[in-house]
Amino acid sequence: MNEEPLRRTALFDVHRALGARIVPFGGFEMPVQYAGILAEHDAVRKRAGLFDLSHMAQFELRGADVAAWADTLTVNHVATMKPFQARYNIFTNDAGGAHDDVIFYRLPDRWLLVVNAGNAHKMWDHLQAHCRGDVQLTDLRGERALIAVQGPRSVEVLAPLVDADIAALKYYTCAETKAGGVSALIARTGYTGEDGFEIFLPAESASGLWDALISENRALLAPCGLGARDVLRLEAGMPLYGHELTEEITPLQAGLAWAVKFSKPSFTGKDALAAQAAADGFPRIAGLVLDGRVPARAGYRVLRAGKDAGEVRSGSIAPSVGNKSIATALLERDSATVGTRLGVEVRGTEHPATTVALPFYKRG
Amino acid sequence: MAQPAGLLFSKDHEWVKLDGDVATIGISDYAQSSLGDIVYVELPRVGATLTQFAGIGVVESVKAVSDIFTPLGGEVLEINPALEADPALVNREPFDGGWFYKLKLGDDAEKSNLMSGADYDKLIAEA
Repeated sequence: MNEEPLRRTALFDVHRALGARIVPFGGFEMPVQYAGILAEHDAVRKRAGLFDLSHMAQFELRGADVAAWADTLTVNHVATMKPFQARYNIFTNDAGGAHDDVIFYRLPDRWLLVVNAGNAHKMWDHLQAHCRGDVQLTDLRGERALIAVQGPRSVEVLAPLVDADIAALKYYTCAETKAGGVSALIARTGYTGEDGFEIFLPAESASGLWDALISENRALLAPCGLGARDVLRLEAGMPLYGHELTEEITPLQAGLAWAVKFSKPSFTGKDALAAQAAADGFPRIAGLVLDGRVPARAGYRVLRAGKDAGEVRSGSIAPSVGNKSIATALLERDSATVGTRLGVEVRGTEHPATTVALPFYKRG
Repeated sequence: MAQPAGLLFSKDHEWVKLDGDVATIGISDYAQSSLGDIVYVELPRVGATLTQFAGIGVVESVKAVSDIFTPLGGEVLEINPALEADPALVNREPFDGGWFYKLKLGDDAEKSNLMSGADYDKLIAEA
């Protein structure tokens, strides 16, 4: 997998100066933690956290045919989006599996598409290969940064530095405005289960905004790494590509049927997904809560009455779920029923667990 | 940073405090700091016989599972009962409340395979 050297975001030196622990992720050297994963998690649930998400690839789409074209490659509606709206979507393969899960942002004169870092090459190739009609693709990687402010006090933290009235911004909408004096796109989106904003801005302006946010909010805002982000998203029941959603695990299996619009005339993988939905017997992602505190890690076997029932896809100790050990697992259909008693095999020992509904955590 | 006085260390970052033929064992401050937030510790059963430097349990942080290699061999006399409910004790008090287990030393000569706090400081300075 070591195809090319690791890249750094525009904020790399800032992370280093803050004492971050750096790990490879999605082709980048990224901060996994600063003060500690649990302290950062706590900041996001109770106050606010600041994330560098510049590793995620940003593609700009222009042209009269973007919406109609993108509708043929994805499960959710694109053409029905209004300017300044954001929408979750999934690019599918012919078998209904997922190339990537993404967010489209519609602007008056263009679209922004944000894809997972680990899928950036694959997605760029996929878009190029299927490009047709009046569609122009621009790869903004390296030019644009992405910073997220997440947590119940996000408005308070961010509003003083932004021209637009972000308190009035609705969930999954965005505004073109200035942040720290620089042109930016600000969206009320996130991946933590809390209120929050994602700020798209020129890479060369990222450290200025980051430093301003930190210095003006010392008591409120904690820099947060990918470790906290993963626990937060897992508690909130949000899929992580490569875990709950893959080229093999379809959106229906991942519990994302709400995003699959069979009313669209056609899209890649539609027939396969329709057949899967009709048959209904497919393995699917469900939540598990273990009786004990042992962490269930991706790849661990799940057993029902001593027989294979599936596999853990993600797991963590969950501070927002009473410090319980929680996991997602791809389970055969009957074991995915809420209340089913199962076992997770950890180092040869079976630890009892129960199937639960997702999400594990909802903000109050 | 100087290590607490009177302890011996293994290159696997475990510490040993000897009281006659009873050894109390834990992981170093350097080890807990490297691991990050500790959320689970799995220890051998009381009565188990351990062989020096064998993997005898695991310590898990939010992100990772790490083996515990016993720095001395012997019979397990006691495990720290506080760690099940509060594994973060290992982060807060690695040399005190966060101890892992006590064992009855099997072979006194095994001590010579361990290092002093000063030598351990050198080891982690090079890491």
